[in-house]
Amino acid sequence: MIGVRVRDRNSAPEGVEEAGMEKDAPALRATGRRGLRLGRGAPLPLLVPALIGVAFLVLPLAALLVRAPWRSMPELLTSTEVWEALRLSLVCATAATAVSLVVGVPLAWLLARVEFPGRRLVRALVTLPLVLPPVVGGVALLMALGRNGVVGRLLDDWFGVTLPFTTAGVVVAEAFVAMPFLVISVEGTLRAADPRYEEAAATLGASRFTAFRRVTLPLVAPGIAAGAVLAWARALGEFGATITFAGNLPGRTQTMPLAVYLALQNEPEAAIALSLVLLAVSVAVLAGLRDRWMTAS
Amino acid sequence: MTGTGHESGSSRAGEGLDARLVVERDAFRLDVALRAAPGDVVALLGPNGAGKTTALRALAGLVPLSAGHLLLDGADLARTPPEARPVGVVFQDYLLFPHLSALDNVAFGPRCRKVPKAAARAQAAAWLERMGLAAHAASRPRRLSGGQAQRVALARALATRPRLLLLDEPLAALDARTRLDVRARLRHHLADFEAVAVLVTHDPLDAMVLADHLVVIEDGRVVQEGGPADIARHPRSDYIARLVGLNLYKGEADGHTVRFDGGPVVTTTEELTGPVFVAFPPGAVTLHRERPTGSSARNLWRCEVAGLETHGDQIRAALTGELPLAADLTTIAAAELDLRPGATVWATVKAAQTHAYPA
Repeated sequence: MIGVRVRDRNSAPEGVEEAGMEKDAPALRATGRRGLRLGRGAPLPLLVPALIGVAFLVLPLAALLVRAPWRSMPELLTSTEVWEALRLSLVCATAATAVSLVVGVPLAWLLARVEFPGRRLVRALVTLPLVLPPVVGGVALLMALGRNGVVGRLLDDWFGVTLPFTTAGVVVAEAFVAMPFLVISVEGTLRAADPRYEEAAATLGASRFTAFRRVTLPLVAPGIAAGAVLAWARALGEFGATITFAGNLPGRTQTMPLAVYLALQNEPEAAIALSLVLLAVSVAVLAGLRDRWMTAS
Repeated sequence: MTGTGHESGSSRAGEGLDARLVVERDAFRLDVALRAAPGDVVALLGPNGAGKTTALRALAGLVPLSAGHLLLDGADLARTPPEARPVGVVFQDYLLFPHLSALDNVAFGPRCRKVPKAAARAQAAAWLERMGLAAHAASRPRRLSGGQAQRVALARALATRPRLLLLDEPLAALDARTRLDVRARLRHHLADFEAVAVLVTHDPLDAMVLADHLVVIEDGRVVQEGGPADIARHPRSDYIARLVGLNLYKGEADGHTVRFDGGPVVTTTEELTGPVFVAFPPGAVTLHRERPTGSSARNLWRCEVAGLETHGDQIRAALTGELPLAADLTTIAAAELDLRPGATVWATVKAAQTHAYPA
């Protein structure tokens, strides 16, 4: 959704828009008044599918609101399981975002700024989790970090650390799925940023790391923030990799999406209530960040 | 290479800049030698794509040398990374860090060189003061005018106390009105600068006002160098001749006559033999609608008007024919002659107004 602004052409046109409309004016006159009524010259073959698209995206959310058990809502939402799941979701998504930032920003910098053999391959591999079914990611994580996994066995032997079916495992699963979003977003911002600022910093005596820390990082901060929000939202909604790698243990690994799915089978009303909470969180995030980052990028 | 030809270049050995910059990239090859003593201001002048900026980037260490050498005050810098070179750069569009105030931009260099924060900011404040920008210390770069931003960039480059100051098209980003003012200020600051300054420009006026030694680069090599007046009087390439507003031809001299490749002959006052350049200003050309009979001019060519453009209060006519020419005339004269593209005219130039010199 980042950077995409759907705007009604009839509402408060900006400078560019205005110029466009002036150009449109003769065409409008030619098509006559019918064209005007149909959304200022938007041709039907485009307008109809577009409206269907809007309905398709909005209708399910509206249905959620319509069917919400508003009366029993207070008791449904004050149960400790719900709060446990919500708290766990927020903590794990935030931790996964932090992990993604610490590892993903340097990785994005490497991909954007350093020429090395196999760079394209590395980029392809890094973005693979983006298109990989999350369940496959979960299985792959088990093979790597599971108790008998390639690396997991060593972790267990040497440090006594086991990741699967722990809260840390949730963070790992979410970071695996969410980090590519951050990397791609930050790499794009870095590529768009003028590398000559780093050259200017170098001529002033800054090492490459100092230039990154004091010049590049502040310049691409909005892109990093946008990438972090994307990754956080993706981590918050993570289901497949989490349930495969970390299981579904209430209080330890049961995040909101897992709780929703489980509740849907036993008490559908609770599932709707939980979904509404997630929807509210998503809308709050989108609304809170829209003005600061979304439209700026 | 006659880099030591200018007066101040022959100071103590080892001081200042001694470089031969060779940069090979794809089909392009830059091979330029530069020498300058502390206090010198050298201008690299040349058309776009000549390799001026590449030369500057090589001096700064932003482009590696393929061959050659780079000595600054006797120290070999050829393999030194940019951050370790005592070199300051004013970039064409300044590249002031947009997230830092003018003061912090200037303090950036000292901070990178381990000056404590308070001391670095005090130094930066002093530099801004010297540039007449004390009132703008807290401003972000986007709030500064072009001329102010240029001075902040200069202060930022000078704050690292460089032994070599590089300026890439320092006036190109400014509009014509601020340019005059900024050029005068820059000249003043460069005159105060005690180390070597090298600036790149495609504007001969900037080069001649700011620099005391000009190096003309075309296609990656030096075609001419010398003092501004010398270069203006004796251009050795079409590019410079056009820049300084001269008609320039290369030919073979035999006494008072010079024969060009295409056949036309020019009579000159100088008596020379062998390959020579002949130059005369467009104002020395007189145009006639009919072949002149009583004219005392020895040089007469039949030409066709290829184009006309206003040049101040004058009109410059581009002529083709036996000898491609630029001619300046007043608007009244142009109207009387009924000049328009395609018209046939006769051009005369007095021998006394031509200038021949060995090629």
